[in-house]
Amino acid sequence: MDNLLVAENIIKNYGDYRALNDVSLAVPKGSVFGLLGPNGAGKTSLIRIINQITLPDQGTVYLDNEKLEPKHIQDIGYLPEERGLYKSMKVGEQALYLAQLKGLSKKEAKARLEYWFDKFDISDWWGKKVQELSKGMAQKVQFIVTVMHRPKLLIFDEPFSGFDPVNANLIKDEILQLRDEGATIIFSTHRMESVEELCDHIALIHKSNKILDGKLIDVKKQFRTNTFEVGIHAVDTNSVRRELEDKFKISDANFNSIYDNLKLNIQIPKGTSPNELLQFLTSRAEISHFVEMIPSVNDIFIQSVENN
Amino acid sequence: MSNLKLIIKREFNAKVRNKSFIIMTFLSPLLMVGMGFLIFFLSKVNNDKIKTIAYVDGSAYFTKEDFKDVGGIQYKDLTALGAEEAEKITEKDGYYGLLVIPETKDIDKLAKNIEFHSDDTPSVNILENIEDVIEKNLRTRKLEEFGINKEELSQANIRADIKLSNYSGEKTSKIIGLIKTVIGMGAGYLIMMFIIVYGASVMRSVIEEKTSRIIEVIISSVRPFHLMLGKIVGNAFAGLLQFAIWGVLIAIFGFVFTLVLGVDSSELATQTPQMQMGAEQLEAMKEMQSQGKIEQVVIEFFQLPLLKIGIMFILYFLGGYLLYSSIYAAIGAAVDNETDTQQFMLPVMIPLMLAVYVGFASVISDPDGPIAVAFSYIPLTSPIVMLMRIPFGVSWGELVISLVLLLLTFLGIVWFAAKIYRVGILMYGKKPTYKDLWKWLKY
Repeated sequence: MDNLLVAENIIKNYGDYRALNDVSLAVPKGSVFGLLGPNGAGKTSLIRIINQITLPDQGTVYLDNEKLEPKHIQDIGYLPEERGLYKSMKVGEQALYLAQLKGLSKKEAKARLEYWFDKFDISDWWGKKVQELSKGMAQKVQFIVTVMHRPKLLIFDEPFSGFDPVNANLIKDEILQLRDEGATIIFSTHRMESVEELCDHIALIHKSNKILDGKLIDVKKQFRTNTFEVGIHAVDTNSVRRELEDKFKISDANFNSIYDNLKLNIQIPKGTSPNELLQFLTSRAEISHFVEMIPSVNDIFIQSVENN
Repeated sequence: MSNLKLIIKREFNAKVRNKSFIIMTFLSPLLMVGMGFLIFFLSKVNNDKIKTIAYVDGSAYFTKEDFKDVGGIQYKDLTALGAEEAEKITEKDGYYGLLVIPETKDIDKLAKNIEFHSDDTPSVNILENIEDVIEKNLRTRKLEEFGINKEELSQANIRADIKLSNYSGEKTSKIIGLIKTVIGMGAGYLIMMFIIVYGASVMRSVIEEKTSRIIEVIISSVRPFHLMLGKIVGNAFAGLLQFAIWGVLIAIFGFVFTLVLGVDSSELATQTPQMQMGAEQLEAMKEMQSQGKIEQVVIEFFQLPLLKIGIMFILYFLGGYLLYSSIYAAIGAAVDNETDTQQFMLPVMIPLMLAVYVGFASVISDPDGPIAVAFSYIPLTSPIVMLMRIPFGVSWGELVISLVLLLLTFLGIVWFAAKIYRVGILMYGKKPTYKDLWKWLKY
């Protein structure tokens, strides 16, 4: 698969502090790429380098196989975590200004803004000053000016903060639609459930180093623990439990059920097929529940950060 | 480049559409004129109150002829009542004070023993007037003692009147020196005010972008240097617009003023400096008026290099403003809010204040002296000091050197400022120290 953005061996120092240490990244075209990491890990530094706000001390960034240059500003839309608008400027005027800075002509910008204002049903805000808007309203305007010039690459840093669930959903759908229309999206957030929902690729940066990246599915495979959530109905639960304990690592599980009298998490040794466990179980009890425990992004995040 | 234009346009609009700009532009000339009238009116009111001073003359040397009533002071002879009775009367009738001249015929002794009783401390004007009267009288008496009579004395009173002219033979008057000083100081002071007002406005605009957090959105589209430059240039245009409006307003006011009041403009031109003059110059002025020299002053006023002053005012405003506003922009970028700017403001204010004081102190006494010349070359002070010197005549060569130095320094400063700006705009939270700024230069 083609990569839209490739960062190679990026190093960035602030004085004596190394914010990015030899970080490489490849963002496939048309993907939603989750850029994750604890606070202060270096995500913002990396995003700023991609946006050419700062320059790396070493390393190169390629956008669509071209070395990053000032002209690429038009190909990127960036919604920073620390975002805002000129408070005393009118919404429409401001959106026009920001669109023109991204290289749109005034006429083009106006047409596209009208489309978006219509879509979000906010046309009557055009002449309002930003300071009259609520935070959520201002965020909508901010989202529009980020995506309006139809960039190839969209970078969202905590895009849902400040939105109520209804509007957060609206924005989420917009992001997915933009992806379907061909945009590539880098998505940085601390809300793991939205990573789970949106991202197909992730990278994890911790203490200035990239410690993990890849397709979400592959990463999850990498972090699987071969643990199964099992619910069985046995005549003699205690003896079954003891037998299982001898063979596998088990712990009590908790899930809703109406029939089982023994609920366990069972970890099988690496290289063992789940079928072996199943065979073992069927010979001793009735199985009503058998699910592999897939690690959540949240687990992966915490585990990786703690191990490093 | 087109982005820079967009930024300049936005900054200009943001500044010009601001209510305070509109108010400042249209109201401040009105305020200035109003203040002038108010001061004039108040001093009039103050002077209109006549102070009565009673005197008891024990020596019998003084007559009503000596104690003439002059502007604001009325003398009342209470010699007949005697000192004690007179004091009671002065207190009872609310006179301003009582002058007691002792009973002695010895002029030297008399001169040292005159007393003035009053509730208030008398103003310098009143004391001078009284002393004047007494000294004049006693001096004449003393001279008579020496055998010189009054006529001889008045003939001995010779006044010299030096006629000034430059080498090309054009006559100049003494008043014009004063006019030059007023114009020079006024222009220099105005430049300082403008640098501070517009520099601070650039700074505030930078801080606003930081606090509203739009900065990162903007600089993902434009280079920080362009944003800073656009801001500075946009505000400069607003400043020039303000000058232009004031110029037009002054012209309109002047025109209406002359029409309504029927004052011909030549009188008007001499009226303004008159207000700033001391009594001595006023007298000289009156004398000139009687000799019909007033036209001369007007002519000379218009012979001043007014166009040169105007052009240089704009150039030095731009130069000084560009220089200082880039420093202001860097300061704005370094801090999170306006209260944190204090520590960095001092080094900016010092050269400005220095320039004004040096200007007032040295340019007036010697416009071509070494200190005045040196400070009119040093870029941080040259906009103010040079402008003060221009009415006294500065060669184009000097101006070019000074302006080139100013421009070069601007380019140097803006380079440093841009580095601090670039880093500072993305820094939040910690109040930076000078050490931090130094570190940012190397990022």
